[in-house]
Amino acid sequence: MNLKKYLVLLAVMCFGSIGDALLKRGMSDFGSVDLHHPLHVVTALGNLWILLGVVCLIAFFSSYLTALSWADLSYVLPATALGYVLVTLVGKYFLHENVSPLRWLGVLLISCGVGWVTRGPALTAPQPIEAPRRRQEEQHEVA
Amino acid sequence: MRSLETWGAIAAIVLASSAGDVLLSSAMKRIGDLHELHASRGLLVVVGRVFSEKRFLLALCCFSFGFFSLLTALSWADLSLVAPASASLTFIVSAVMAKIFLKEDVDHRRWAAALLVCVGVALLAM
Repeated sequence: MNLKKYLVLLAVMCFGSIGDALLKRGMSDFGSVDLHHPLHVVTALGNLWILLGVVCLIAFFSSYLTALSWADLSYVLPATALGYVLVTLVGKYFLHENVSPLRWLGVLLISCGVGWVTRGPALTAPQPIEAPRRRQEEQHEVA
Repeated sequence: MRSLETWGAIAAIVLASSAGDVLLSSAMKRIGDLHELHASRGLLVVVGRVFSEKRFLLALCCFSFGFFSLLTALSWADLSLVAPASASLTFIVSAVMAKIFLKEDVDHRRWAAALLVCVGVALLAM
């Protein structure tokens, strides 16, 4: 893992969290979705906040694609979980949602989990080729 | 608050996200390191390779379904409930799927991290 790769993980966290917050802002303007007319939710794409949220989520998706090209899914998901801490902070300070002490405990546990997983290897090592199969391949190459 | 409908939408987000994650991870492993590909072949080749991968397109379908489920859930409940609740379940479902379908080495460290994050995110949902 080098600095460039940590920056990609940081981009996954930031763009995902900001995108979610923008979508919530937009859906607050749009109002409640009626289950009898579920396709009505598509018209929410005309809302400016939703469009900004989609732009952020496209940036999130590009960073996520890049991360998954050199790291395991079971590494990337916990490693980028600090984004949910960011969502909580955004919810508390920008959307004025209530954040209880239990939620702050959750923030602490997530931070521990992220610290734990990022100290391990990012990618599953490829399985070594078995000796008989390797010999066969060598013979095939000689022939 | 529409509790039952909200949790139904959250379940839809979790299933769509986990399936999308597994398909996307599989597609990106087949393509290889994007940094190296970009450096050696250029951006257009990277975009072409990504969009010609069937698993990537299937993943996009899953994520699209998850996106509209997310919008629906957000219209019914707080962001600080929907985002953590869907994420906590996604961590566990995705770790299990990564082990089964992607044959990833989900060792003790990763299980412990996934559980810590899952419990932490569940606490955020309270």
